[in-house]
Amino acid sequence: MSSVTTAVPAKPYDDNLLIEEFGYEDHFHEHHHGDKYQSNFITHYIFSQDHKIIGRQFLITGMFWALIGAGMSIIFRLQLGFPEESLAWLKPLLGKWIEINAETGMGTLSPEFYYALVTMHGTIIVFFVLTAGLSGTFSNLLIPLQIGARDMASPLLNMFSYWFFFLASVVMFYSMFLSTGPFSGGWTAYPPLSVLPQASSGSGAGMTLWLVSLVLFVISVGLGGINYITTVLNLRTKGMNMWRMPLTIWAFFVTAILALLSFPVLVSGFFLLMFDRGMGTSFYLSEIFIAGEALPNVGGSAILYQHLFWFLGHPEVYIIILPAMGLVSEVLSVHCRKPIFGYKAMVYSILAIGFLSFIVWAHHMFMSGVNPFISNFFVIFTLIIAVPSAVKVFNWITTVYRGNIRFNSASLFSIGFVSMFISGGLTGIFLGNSAIDIQMHDNYFVIAHFHIVMGIAAFFGMFAGIYHWFPKMYGRFMNETLGKIHFWGTLVGAYAIFWPMHYLGLAGLPRRYYSFDQFDTFRQFAEINKFITVAAIIVFALQVLFVINFFYSIWKGRKMTTKNPWGATTLEWTTPIKTGHGNWPGKIPTVQRWAYDYGKDGREFIPQIEPLAEGESDLGH
Amino acid sequence: MAADTSTLEHQVHESEADLWEGGQTPFKASYGKLMMWYFLLSDAFTFSAFLITYGALRVSSPTWPVPDFVFATAPFGIHDMPLIFVTVMSFLLIISSVTMVRAVQEGHRENPKGVVFWMLMTIIGGLGFLGCQAWEWNNLINTEGMTIHVNPFGVHTESGVYMSASDLKSEGFKEVAHEGHATYYLHPDADADTEENRYYEKIDHFDKSYAGESIEPGDSYLITAHSGEYQNGAIKTTGGDIVKESFGPKAFGALFFCITGFHGFHVFSGVVFLLIICLNVASGLYVDRKNGNEMVEKIGLYWHFVDLVWVFVFLVFYLL
Repeated sequence: MSSVTTAVPAKPYDDNLLIEEFGYEDHFHEHHHGDKYQSNFITHYIFSQDHKIIGRQFLITGMFWALIGAGMSIIFRLQLGFPEESLAWLKPLLGKWIEINAETGMGTLSPEFYYALVTMHGTIIVFFVLTAGLSGTFSNLLIPLQIGARDMASPLLNMFSYWFFFLASVVMFYSMFLSTGPFSGGWTAYPPLSVLPQASSGSGAGMTLWLVSLVLFVISVGLGGINYITTVLNLRTKGMNMWRMPLTIWAFFVTAILALLSFPVLVSGFFLLMFDRGMGTSFYLSEIFIAGEALPNVGGSAILYQHLFWFLGHPEVYIIILPAMGLVSEVLSVHCRKPIFGYKAMVYSILAIGFLSFIVWAHHMFMSGVNPFISNFFVIFTLIIAVPSAVKVFNWITTVYRGNIRFNSASLFSIGFVSMFISGGLTGIFLGNSAIDIQMHDNYFVIAHFHIVMGIAAFFGMFAGIYHWFPKMYGRFMNETLGKIHFWGTLVGAYAIFWPMHYLGLAGLPRRYYSFDQFDTFRQFAEINKFITVAAIIVFALQVLFVINFFYSIWKGRKMTTKNPWGATTLEWTTPIKTGHGNWPGKIPTVQRWAYDYGKDGREFIPQIEPLAEGESDLGH
Repeated sequence: MAADTSTLEHQVHESEADLWEGGQTPFKASYGKLMMWYFLLSDAFTFSAFLITYGALRVSSPTWPVPDFVFATAPFGIHDMPLIFVTVMSFLLIISSVTMVRAVQEGHRENPKGVVFWMLMTIIGGLGFLGCQAWEWNNLINTEGMTIHVNPFGVHTESGVYMSASDLKSEGFKEVAHEGHATYYLHPDADADTEENRYYEKIDHFDKSYAGESIEPGDSYLITAHSGEYQNGAIKTTGGDIVKESFGPKAFGALFFCITGFHGFHVFSGVVFLLIICLNVASGLYVDRKNGNEMVEKIGLYWHFVDLVWVFVFLVFYLL
């Protein structure tokens, strides 16, 4: 950069002066007088093309789904923890799915609905909350702000991305009110339960709506992903080279690539599934009997669907965890007042994880009858993923080590993320071995593993992001006391829920069972199941507390008085407190240094817009 | 909308600076073109999934119809010219890519008349392809009786070479019976005229004869056809048991209609977008932008992609 050796302005820096002096004029505001595109309520808050509004739309829709998805888990946990207790009090909410015994008045959850609950819980949390609610929210909010762009490459398609998600949500929500119930064949929708409408109560209209909803969802992800990638590559401000991007942007960038390449394969699989369901083809069915009667289907392969599904399904778990990793890297660095340790190693790890995620999908299928020699291939690459993951974990720990840590809700959740990621990651090494998987597959060990490593951990990353960027979104802070109660309760509670499940799994307790009453072997676990259910209820209550804190703080939270409350280096904190469409009121700032100049040359932090001093070298290069 | 968003594009400040330093576009391509490339990349994965499905189901089928036999029909009463019709179809589509290139070229020269002319040629090519596909589908469904449920093209040998009756005789087979269009032969090594030693050949309603290439007992080898009405089938002799497989693998029809249909849908959408953009060019909408009619180039990328996909679809269904 030729312009960087000019005199450094007086300290403490004033970012308005810096932007005025070094920023550049892109004539944006000459074209957008008073932002005529958002002049009324509808175009400003509903059909908005402003990435910041769209990000908030994703977040609030995601929170709505999170409450539903988690609420469902509470209902089926009640069934698992207290099978003898009457659930008649749920009758007003669940209607006919609670069967009341006429003599005793005891209400039991119908087994069909139990399966619908676990299916919907998985679908909602994986797709609607941890994909749309996490990467949809933060990619939209942070990509243009952190790379110094006015908006996404195509604000229009970005708006469509949200509204396709909204349509998908409406269809999925509607499916829960069908008289036959929503789909109940598991969130992976394996054939034949997903193909044959007569296979179970949810396989008819419920499955049809499930498919429609998810195809709409994939369109949303595709529109978003194309936008994120293009924006990161093409709209970076001057000086923002790839090695100066915050790790959040790297994570969202690779996430978008994964989504763009893996979701289309899922859609192909879904189209074939639709043909099988609606037109009588046999892509996924072969020589099948139902109720003693042979169906005319021949020649298909149910394993084929599993391959197509998991070709998405495995990258999907990284689509969920990578944004959380990016958020945590940024939040840890800011609140520990230290540069992120091993920035380049972090970037290469993200890239390696992204690449490897495409060649490990069949580790979900070790017990499906795939060739054991093929399994070897997938075992090896699965275990190799532990290497970049471990690099990231060590770097986070080293970033925290001897840091000047601010223990606020955002940084606590980041540290909690690292804890969860380690606990869940280690059990992944067990499950990645095809031989051990013979014992572990489809039982509570698997449940514990993936809930900790990509459920709780991703939620922790999301919470860290929400607490940290809440001032940027709403100009106010969330309540810290409630935030800390939320964190400690959730951390302890989440371990209380999932830690015992490892033991249940090792003892062979199968997942997806409605009731264990009939098995002598499993009856001894009744007390543990009660404990897990109680913990789950407490954790759920804490999430309600978080939602209350969130909405309370939007209107009543402590106001933000300075632009950069956390003392962060990145560009989003150089925008005004009330950030309009276009993000910067005048010039676009240029970037002079990498994103992690904390504690350098005796200064607490140096923002990215401040030019390098004479003789100073940029650590990002 | 595009006029609105184009102002968001960053300006080029220092031409000598590294393109990846920000403030400029690293691939020297506008964000709109890049978005089209990324969309095509994801669409390529959609088609790859379909073609891999095709491969998976095909290799798991014991037999597969031979394209030279399935696709031997063309309009005007042509019945025995393998792949002639699909050649015409593919030619139309490939030529429409050439005309698309010319349209983009005229766009760079800011010559709307040229763009409109060559885009119209492209649209005609695309419509011609779609028309041919409609004829082929109609022929396969209504004349040949192939649907997504039924594949009347029975079992063939891999190489698709059929022996005529005279070939059977030269191999030492003895003609023993004649029933309608079917002629029965006895295996040279057979000591008795029993059913498992019998092989037969049938003449279809185009007076074409089909007989199995493989004449080893235990192999499947024949397809048959009656005049006018189809009763294709195969006789498989397995240790004396005669198994009749009336139809070929069902997946063939399902995959054919699904994948060529999905491709045809892409061509159709392409034609619609070509029309819209052609009208926009004609109305002078892109003149002010002075970006070399970039919309034409973007739809051109899509059009070439659809052609490229057809090459693969053509390969797996018509050649392999």
